[in-house]
Parts: sequence; structure tokens; C-alpha cells
Amino acid sequence: MQGQTADPVPQGTALDKQPSCQTWRGDSVNMPPFTSSRLRSEKWMDVHVGDIIKLGNNQFVTADLLLLSSSEPLNLVYIETAELDGETNLKVKQAVTVTGDMGDNIHNLASFNGEVCCEPPNNRLDRFTGTLTNAGQKYSLDNDKILLRGCTLRNTEWCFGLVLFGGPETKLMQNCGKTTFKRTSIDRLMNVLVLCIFGFLAFMCTILAIGNRIWEQLWGSEFTAFLPRQGGVDASFSGFLTFWSYVIILNTVVPISLYVSVEVIRLGNSFYIDWDRKMYHASSDTPAKARTTTLNEELGQIKYIFSDKTGTLTQNIMTFNKCSINGKSYGDVFGYTGQRLEINEHTDTVDWSFNPLADHHFSFHDHSLVEAVKLKSPEVQSFFRLLALCHTVMAEEKIEGELLYQAQSPDEGALVTAARNFGFVFRSRTPESVTIVEMGEQHSYELLAILDFNNVRKRMSVIVRSPEGKLCLYCKGADTMVYERLHQSCTKLMDVTTEHLNEFAGEGLRTLALAYKDLDEEYFSWWKQRHHEASTALEDREDKLDLLYEEIEKDLMLLGATAIEDKLQDGVPQTIEQLAKADIKIWVLTGDKQETAENIGYSCNMLREEMNDIFIVSANNPDDVRQELRNAWSTMKPGAEEAANFMPERTLGNKPKVVRDEEVNGEYGLIINGHSLAFALERSMELLLLRTACLCKTVICCRVTPLQKAQVVELVKKYKQAVTLAIGDGANDVSMIKAAHIGVGISGQEGMQAVLSSDYSFAQFRFLERLLLVHGRWSYLRMCKFLRYFFYKNFTFTFVHFWYAFFCGFSAQTVYDEWFITLYNLVYTALPVLGMSLFDQDVNDMWSSQHPQLYIPGQMNQYFSKTAFFKCSLHSVYSSVVLFFIPFAAMCDTVRDDGRDIADYQSFALLAQTCLVITVCLQLGLDLSYWTAVNQFFVWGSLAMYFTVTFTMYSNGSYLISPASFPFIGTARNSLNQPNVWLTILLSAILCVLPVVAYRFLLIQLRPTINDKVMFKVRQAKAAPPPPARRARIRRTSSRRSGYAFSHAAGYGDLVTSNRFLRRPAVTRSTAFTPLGRTTGFSPTGRSAGYSPTGNALNSRPQDVEVTSLQMYRTVPDPAF
Amino acid sequence: MMKEELETANRPDNTAFTQQRLPAWQPMLSAGIVIPGFVLIGLAFIGIGVALFIASQNITVLERDYTGVETVSDCYKCSNPSVKNCTCKLDFSLSNLFEGPVFFYYGLSNYFQSQRAYGASKDEYQLSGDLDYFKTPNSACSPYQYDANNNPIVPCGSLANSMFNDTFKLYQMVNGTKKLVPFDGKGIAWWTDYNIKYRNPSVTPLKNAFNGTVKPPFWSKPAYELDTSDPSNNGFVNQDFLVWMRRAALPDFRKLYRRITEGDYASGLPAGNYSLEIAYNYPVLSFGGRKKVVFSNVSWMGGKNQFLGIAYLVVGSLCVVMSMVMLIVYAKFKFPEDDK
Repeated sequence: MQGQTADPVPQGTALDKQPSCQTWRGDSVNMPPFTSSRLRSEKWMDVHVGDIIKLGNNQFVTADLLLLSSSEPLNLVYIETAELDGETNLKVKQAVTVTGDMGDNIHNLASFNGEVCCEPPNNRLDRFTGTLTNAGQKYSLDNDKILLRGCTLRNTEWCFGLVLFGGPETKLMQNCGKTTFKRTSIDRLMNVLVLCIFGFLAFMCTILAIGNRIWEQLWGSEFTAFLPRQGGVDASFSGFLTFWSYVIILNTVVPISLYVSVEVIRLGNSFYIDWDRKMYHASSDTPAKARTTTLNEELGQIKYIFSDKTGTLTQNIMTFNKCSINGKSYGDVFGYTGQRLEINEHTDTVDWSFNPLADHHFSFHDHSLVEAVKLKSPEVQSFFRLLALCHTVMAEEKIEGELLYQAQSPDEGALVTAARNFGFVFRSRTPESVTIVEMGEQHSYELLAILDFNNVRKRMSVIVRSPEGKLCLYCKGADTMVYERLHQSCTKLMDVTTEHLNEFAGEGLRTLALAYKDLDEEYFSWWKQRHHEASTALEDREDKLDLLYEEIEKDLMLLGATAIEDKLQDGVPQTIEQLAKADIKIWVLTGDKQETAENIGYSCNMLREEMNDIFIVSANNPDDVRQELRNAWSTMKPGAEEAANFMPERTLGNKPKVVRDEEVNGEYGLIINGHSLAFALERSMELLLLRTACLCKTVICCRVTPLQKAQVVELVKKYKQAVTLAIGDGANDVSMIKAAHIGVGISGQEGMQAVLSSDYSFAQFRFLERLLLVHGRWSYLRMCKFLRYFFYKNFTFTFVHFWYAFFCGFSAQTVYDEWFITLYNLVYTALPVLGMSLFDQDVNDMWSSQHPQLYIPGQMNQYFSKTAFFKCSLHSVYSSVVLFFIPFAAMCDTVRDDGRDIADYQSFALLAQTCLVITVCLQLGLDLSYWTAVNQFFVWGSLAMYFTVTFTMYSNGSYLISPASFPFIGTARNSLNQPNVWLTILLSAILCVLPVVAYRFLLIQLRPTINDKVMFKVRQAKAAPPPPARRARIRRTSSRRSGYAFSHAAGYGDLVTSNRFLRRPAVTRSTAFTPLGRTTGFSPTGRSAGYSPTGNALNSRPQDVEVTSLQMYRTVPDPAF
Repeated sequence: MMKEELETANRPDNTAFTQQRLPAWQPMLSAGIVIPGFVLIGLAFIGIGVALFIASQNITVLERDYTGVETVSDCYKCSNPSVKNCTCKLDFSLSNLFEGPVFFYYGLSNYFQSQRAYGASKDEYQLSGDLDYFKTPNSACSPYQYDANNNPIVPCGSLANSMFNDTFKLYQMVNGTKKLVPFDGKGIAWWTDYNIKYRNPSVTPLKNAFNGTVKPPFWSKPAYELDTSDPSNNGFVNQDFLVWMRRAALPDFRKLYRRITEGDYASGLPAGNYSLEIAYNYPVLSFGGRKKVVFSNVSWMGGKNQFLGIAYLVVGSLCVVMSMVMLIVYAKFKFPEDDK
């Protein structure tokens, strides 16, 4: 990405890093003016504070910019902030007129002499304060004039901006949070264990050193006849030396190769993720990618998922899906027998060839609606006419017939596009008229009034005069609002439509009711007169207007209803259901509005009608938030603990107390917004928040800033001993992705920020199921099996030395041949265990996703913990006792079958090591539940390798090459041809393994785990594999209906009808409507109210910033009506 | 078509390996395998145990301590280390034929041949006949590397120096006269030790190779005079030396001294009275050691060892018992199939 920079730095701009504007001012003023200026391309990294940047349409904003001028009239620019806060509607920013007048005159821009004074870099996305001083005049700067890094420029050909903050000082980066080195809990546990093992090693060596000390005193001192003492070595010193000798011999308990093997296994399992075709998204050609190769097993232990909404759960696409017109529902496809068909990619779509202006990206499956349009059914026609007229969309037609709509909300865009395709093409508008093409004929409607949307009214209306001169009011809005204002004659139609609305809502669609009303000329002119008065009134203007709107919007005639789908990504509800079955808690953290988030909550099946209660926390001060949370708590746990328990308890150390999971009857949901969250995340309340939230099945946080997302994640990490995963796609998710144990980025979209800071990335949310339930579970299982086995094999190997010490005078004599000690970990046992940890699977992927409960043991750390480690140590002690004392007893005083020696040291060493190798192989076979050809090869290969290497090294040839290196010559031949040697090997191996078999068998019978049950089922079902997992659409029985298109912001209507645009015609565009207007309407750029973590007044501006002429101008009443 | 290929350029390969679909055998600890398995293993072990036990029972072992701790013992007189060239007698009688071939062992207790420093105190190169190491023995041999006059000791080291040097002669008392039982000292060491591992330097006569070296201090004669009658049993390939040099794993051990395979005794030692004449040279009492002689014959499973047979019987029985327990548990708690 490159921005264009006017170079060099234009003089007269400065960044003030201090809240008071003193320090930098002098410098900037004194800079000499710059004369020759040109544009040149620069890399992002070379963009500096003070540069002027030119941005083109659809480009990312490179830094926090002060908007100077734009291609659009009134110096407006449209930006999309989905990357920042997840909101999908376009927002408008406007430059100060003094800079805006310069347009794209680069010379003027470069020589402009001004000074910017602003707040220091901070992470508040919703506010900005500063001033621009030019020629002694001060202009106030607020958030409306600032383009933040991470936004995308839309529908604006170009704009110039002055860099205020660059790089890490941008608000986006300030929200990004710290990058921490991530390690898995197993890693941490392993470190603790290795320390313990070190301790244990020292303990063993001390025992043996003391033993040596005693032995030297009691026997060694008398044995000097045959083994003279070295000079100066008395018993105590010998004990000291022995300690270190045993440190060397027993160091195999501290598995150095463990770390290497662990990394290899993780790498292998990461490759499986990269290679998985079931996590490959064909349409974007994006495979899954494990960007971090050290966190795999953590994927099998996730307890909390924090998900972004926009772009993660949803596709960020609105589609017109269904509608009900005059009591008839359209949109479903029926088979020959009348049953409803599932709509998928192969379903026949409507052919738009009859309509040259149609948008071919729009697809609709129900042919009957097209037929109805073609038959010129009057209701259908007025339905689409309404959709084509009643909106605030603007059209752009650069090439004849290629229309481009600029909708403030995607919902509106979807509705107008639908109308366009069905033959009611909205073509252009002026402040007084709307031009549409109705079934090929162009008509121009006179636009008389826009009764704009706001959050209370939840509807909008337009009053138009048709070419025939008929006056008509068209209204669309939330069904509850529209239904209250319908004419009595519509009762019958209302019932039918209500049924349809319920049906639509049940499928998670956003619904709108449409109605119209014919007006008579007299009444309207009277109304308009009053409207004009009201809109120019100085007092209670809003209320007066509202009353007028109420008055005219009554006795409406119902036309029908629309259903818009905020398209979820494929399989999201199913994935969430699966993850919920695996006892994973999903919290949605979104910057979007509460209603949108709630709606998505319902359509994802996270919120359900049948839930006992859904708590909404949206208070604006700490006490209310606390009260609301308390109420929620006491509803869920009546008569439970008192508030005192919610204070974070601190034990003596600095570690906060871990909050245990609590049980609750019933299902609850919690929705909390950003303001409340800011208070709830304070120290005094965080525990209350956490415990309340954890009782709920679903938690949705809306209107949260990126940093708050991270704070929520940190909160859970702090008090819950649980593994967290954050998934998101945009720059606003970076902080939580970094904060969580595992960060997942959705790739294949526009932005790469989230992916770049993530640990895993893939294209679709639904792949999360496979990542966790299949890859994560396998990785965890394999890692745990590996660790248990690895510790077992090394401990068993080492402890035999310990027992032998008692029979060799604690002289640090090894039991095994030196070569064996060297090769044991490298050659004889490395590959089988590696094979196990790369290929093992208890049940295959299909069964894993069929039984999500299989995931639960991972969350509870059941496969590898301190207890498991202790058990496997005990097991090794047992095995080492068997492996030493069975050969010991069997070889004691015995001889070969020809009377020769066999109880010698070398034969004994060979016997012990053969027993060991065979036992650990058997044990591995017992642990291995998935014997692929590779595993077979590794296991048998290792055994064969052992015997081959042993016989080779003990052969005459090796000895002749180097007598000192291979002193064991002939041992294998002389010892392994004896039946009693083999019988001893068999006995010790069986004695090591059979108790394990019996124990496991009894455990399966007496206390079967979920794994045992599923594996049993798999066995039973081997003959008949189960049907593939259901992918059917989850139908909700909900009757809950969403209101108006939620991503809509109020006040667009003013802009559309404003006359002032004429003062400043568009420079580049000659056709179509050019928007303009006063800017007040655009103030809610996503978070108008803002939030304040500290509870300070939000709108308090620094007093030294003067009210500028522009601000004064803004308070002037709009004379439009 | 080309476009399609481009679009799926990143699609991972569809192989059984990358998709983790490798065909595999998935064994499971089901009752149908485990319980019969335990019964079978149990029965097999009991069978082996019985065979081992019988084999071991059939082996005759005659063991006599001759350290001379008790004053009644004839060897008591020799137990004092100051007494040199002492000979003592050990009488015993056999009431039945001691079936042959009979192996004659000497045994030592509380003798730590397994001590690391002791076992390492030798020079493999020297013992394989490398003359360079005759002059400069391995330092591991210290303090038996050089003598006081700085002459290299050959063979060097504690292990060789402490070679067992009691000698035995067995007489059968036939009608009051002593009849020498012929001992066979050949082939008592491992073939590999005799032929490969230990070699005399190829110098004739052997004595010349040892010029400039001294014998180990505890030895009464140098290595090249261990068996002057048989050059193939002399020097480093002397069978007694080889047997000694194969150090024992445990502090109590026995080593083969002679086989009784010839003449009238080829089929064993007939019933009767015997007298063992011992040249008592080897001091063990100073470190609490014991010396013994052992007459034993062997079976297919080697020397007498009750442990293995009993262990097999016990483990076999436990397996059978365990299978019963598991059967009961299985019948009673039967794997809950229905739920989930």
C-alpha cells in the first residue's frame, strides 16, 4: 500500500504532544515556506507527521489525518470504519472550509501556512480535540475532521489529509495492545516439572552419594586389597565425587531431547493445519495457516472464545431475501410436491435479462415474484416503487446503465438494489426530485419531504408527488411502529403479514414493514406550512417536528414487509452450536450497535427466545452498572452470596484468586455496552462482571473499543484458569488477538492486520470448529500422550541405574552399555513416539465433530497434569523395579546351558537393556491407538534397529576396528542364544505391561470416559458409518423481530433535501445527485456518545479551543423547509 | 480451465497423509480381547513355569564354603593372610550319582567386581596383544599401571591383578586311596573371548613380548607362564584368566573353574566319598568376603535357578485370577452402551 505524499513537509504544521499547546508552536511557525511541491508515492513507513497525503477511493487511511480537502462537494468524504469498530455503514467526514477551498491545488496546499494544535496521542477512537490556526484565525477541530488509520475511503475520488499522528501514535495502534510472548500451559507446566525433576535428580544423587559414603566406609576401605583407593580420596570425598558422577549418569531424567521433540511435534501438527483441505476456502483460495507453530496443543483446551462480529460471524453483506406483498410471501422455493426446498448454490436463480439496469450480483430464487412484477400487479408495483423512492441512497452513474449506489447503511442499499432488479430502478436524485425507471419507463417524482429516521421513530417516510400529480406518503419502518399507524381496513392483511414477519424473524432475518398513504393537496400544503415553521423554530424544534411527523404518518395502508438477511458466514450457527456442545463459552465483542449485535446474537442461535432471561446492562454511571449487574446476579442465583464476595480477593502473593466455575439453573444471556463495560472493568467491579458473565450462556459486548476487547480477554485470563481464544478479522481485533492465549485471524478479506498478529488464520469462521474440535483435540491428545510416554520411558530407563547402584557399591557404574545410553533416546525409541505424536488419533475427524463432548477433557487438563505426571513417574518406578530385579533374580547364580558364564556384567547389561527396549515398545503399542503403516514401520523398525545395531557393535569386526570402543564383543551372541535369557525378557516385559492393561480395562469398565464411550461406538458403527453431520439450517421458533435497519444512522435525510449543495457543485461529477448539507446530522460516527473509562465528562472540550466560525455556522437553523 | 487452476493454486494436496486419513489399525482394550488374553497368557505362563521349575528341580547342586571362618573347618588354618602356600582339604560324600557333565565352580561373595573403578581398571588394547600398550598401559589401570621402578605392569589394572589364584584338585576316595578326578580346563571361557577379544602378541617365544614389563604384583608368576604346558592356554588366552576377566555383574558370583567330562567321570560323579584339595591363596576375609566351591550340572535352561520358574507360576496364576476379576467386573458393570 502506498500513499501519495506531497513532499517535502509543508511548513506550518506541527504536532503538539502536550495537552497544552506551548512547546512546539514556536518551531513550526518559523519554518520557511516551501515552494516547489509535487506528489510522489511513498511507502507507509515513510509517512511522517506533517506530511500531506493524497488518498484515492477504496484506499486504506495510512495514518491519523486531518482532512484538508476532498473531491466531493462541501469537502465531504465517506469512510467505512469496519476495520476500526466493526460498523458497516458509511460515515461522513468534512474538512474545514479554509483548507477545503484549496481543493486539489497542490501548490496551495503546500504553501498553506497553518498550525495544528491537538491532544496527545491516545486510544480514544471517538473523540478528538484540536485547533487549526491560519492567518490568526482559529478553527476548532473535532472527530468529524479526522480520518483515522484503519478506515477505508469510499465513494470519494480523492482527498488530501495532513498527517497528525503516524505509526505507533495513531489511535488504531494505540488500541493494539502489547505483543506478548505466548506460551502454552503445557509449556509452563513442563517448566515446573523440569524444575521438580531437577530437584528429584539432586535428591536421588544425594541418596546415592550418602550410600557411597557409607559403602566406602564399611566395605570400600576393606576392599583396598584388590581395589586400592586413589590417593587423597577418603570416603567423604568419594561420596562427593559420586554425587557428580550420578548427576551425569542420571541426567537422562531431565529430558533435554524433550524440548526438541515437542517442537518437532508441534511443527508437524501445524503442518496438518496448513494442509487441511477441509479448512481451505475455495472461493477465496485461502488455506488455513498456522502462523505460530508452538501453540497447537492449547487449541485442544480452549474454554472461552471471544469473537468479533462483523466480518467474522457475519459476511458484512446484506441481501434482500424475502418479502411479503399484500399477504403473499415470496422468496421461498418450492419443489414439485409443494415442499419447501433448501436454497443453495445450485438453486435456480432469477434471470434478470429483462432488465438492462439490473445488478447481476443480486440473486433471488423465487420466480413467482418476477412473474408478479411482469404481470403489473398494482400492489407489487407500489411495493417496489416504495423501495425505490423511500430511502436516502445516492446513485452514481458514470457509464450509462452502470449504476452505483452509495448507501449509508447496507440495509438500505440492499432494498434499493432489490427494487432496481425487479424493474424499479432508482436512477438519480436532486434535492427536489427522485428519478426512477419503472419497468423501462423513466419517471421523475417530486420529493416534497423526508421524514427522517431516528432511533425513537424507527421509521422513515418520504412524501412525493408522482408525475401524474398524485401526492403520496411512503413509509418503511419497524413493524411495531408501522402497525400502530395503519388504517383499520388493513386488519386482515396485518394478520397475514404478521405471520410472515414471524416466519422471517424466525429465520433470523431483519424485517421492515412497508406502508403508504395517499395525501390530499390541501392538507399537505397546510402541513408543509407548519413543518416549515417548526423546522425554523428556535425552541423545541425536534419535538415539534416529531409531533408533525406523527400527525401525518397515520392511517397508513400496509403494503407488505421485507426481510433482509445480514448474511452470516456459512455454517456459523452450526459451528456455535457445536462449540457450545464442547462446553466452550463464546463471547461476542463488537464495536457495533447494541441492536445489531443482539440481532446477530439471535440469528447465530446464541440468544434464544427460550432463554430464561437476557440481561442488558447499558447504564451510564458506575452505580447503575453495579446495580444492574447485581440484579442480574441475584436473578440467576437468588439468595446467593452477598456483594462483599465480589471484591477481588488478593492472597499474599500477587496472583489473583482463581474464580471457579459456578453452576446456574437455566440459560441466561448478558448484553453489555461499551460505556457500562468501561465502569464494569474497573477494579472494584471486575469480579462482579466476570462472575455474572460467566453464569450466562451467552455474553455480548457491544460498542466496545479495541482496547476494551483486550481488557475483557485479560479479565477472563486473570480470574479464570482457562484458555482463551480470540477470533476476528479487522484491525480492531488486533488487541484482543494479541491478548488471548490463541489469536485467530480471518484471512482472505481486505485487511491483513488481524491476520498478521494472529496465531492461526483461515477464511471462514466455521473452520474454527475443525481447528478446535479436530486439530486442537488431536494436538492436545498427541502432546499429552507424548509427554506421558516420554517421561515414562526416560524415567524407567534411568531408575534402573538407581537400583543397580545398591549392587555396585554406589560407584556410578551404569547398568547399560555406553552405546546403548547414547542411542536409546536417539535411535531406539525416538521414532515410535514421534510417530505416535504425529499420527495418533483416538477417533477420526468425523467422530470428533459428531461428539464435541470429546473436547471437554482437554479443557479440564485431564490428559496431562501434575497428577498425571506423578502417576507416570510411579509407573516408571514400578517398571524400573521389574526391569532390574527380574533379570537380577533370574541371572543370579545361573550359567549358560553349557556351564559357561552368563551372570557377568556385560550379559547382564545386554539383558537389562533388551528388556527395557522391548518393554517401552510394548508400552508404546499399548498407548498407540492408531496404527498406521508408518507407526508399524517405526515400532518394528526401531526394534529391528536395536537388534541390528547391538549385534553389529558386539561383533568381531567392530571390536577389531576399535577394541576400546566396543568391549562388549560377543555378548549378544553368547547371551541371546539362551532360552532363559529370552524367558527373562518375556517375563519382565509382560510383568511391566499386563498390570497396565488390567488397570485400563477395569477403568474402562468401571469409569468409562467419554473417549471410551465414543471409541466403543465407533467400533460398533464400523460396519455402518454414521450419517454426515447435520448441516441443516437451524430454524428458530422465535417470534422476535428486529426493528429498522439497524446500521442506519439518523439524519441523512437532511443532507438529501438540503438545498445548500447547489452552492458548491461537484467538481468531477456532472451527473447524479451531489450530497451536501449541514454536518450536524453526521455526528454519530459510530460512537457519538463516546465512552469514558474514567467517568469524566465526555464532551468537555479544552477551554482554549475557540468556537470557530464553522461551529457557529452549524448552530444556525436549517432553512430547508 | 486455466483460470480455475489458478484460483485453486493454494489448495492443499488431497493425500491420505496430509488429510490425516492414513488407513490404520485401531485396537481397543475390549473384553473380548483382554479377558481371553489374560487367560491365555496365564495358562502359557503356568506351563512355562512348570517346565522351568521341573528343569530347575532336576539340577543337582553341591555347594561348600571353604573360607575357613569356622574353626572346625580344615581351611581355618589358611584363613590367616600371613600363612603362605597353605593347602587345605574339603571332604564330602555323594550318596547318589551326580549326573554329568558336572561343572566345577568357585564362588565369591561380597566381592564387588561390579565396582566401576574396578571394572574399568584394565587395558583393552594391551589385552588384545598390542605391544605399544605393553610399554605404556592405559592410565585407567592406575595404581597397577607401573610398578615402583616405573616398569609397566602387564597385564595392568586391578581386575587382572586380583585374579583368583586358588587351585583345586578333586580326589575320589576309592577303597582308601585317592583317585584323581580329571578336570577339563578347556572351553570354560567364551569362544569370543578366547578367539577374538584376548590375543597374545604375535611374538615367539611369548616371553620376549614381555621384556621390560613386570607381572602384576599379586601374581606369583608372569602371564606368559600361566600354563607353560599348553601355549594355546598361556598368556592372555589362559582360560582361567579369561574367566576372571569377564567380571561379574553382582557382588555374589560364581565362575567356572573346570568341567568334569573325562574318563570314568564322563557321566558324572559316582556315589562315594570325595576330597577336594585346595591351594588356599586368595584372601577374602579382610573385606568380609566368602569363598565357595560349587558342583553343578545344567539343564536346557542353564544352571539352577528356582526364581524364574516360580515367578512364571506366580505371574501365570495372577493372570488367571485377574481374568476372573475382570470377567466379574465386566459382567457386573458391563460397559454402559446406551447412554450417549
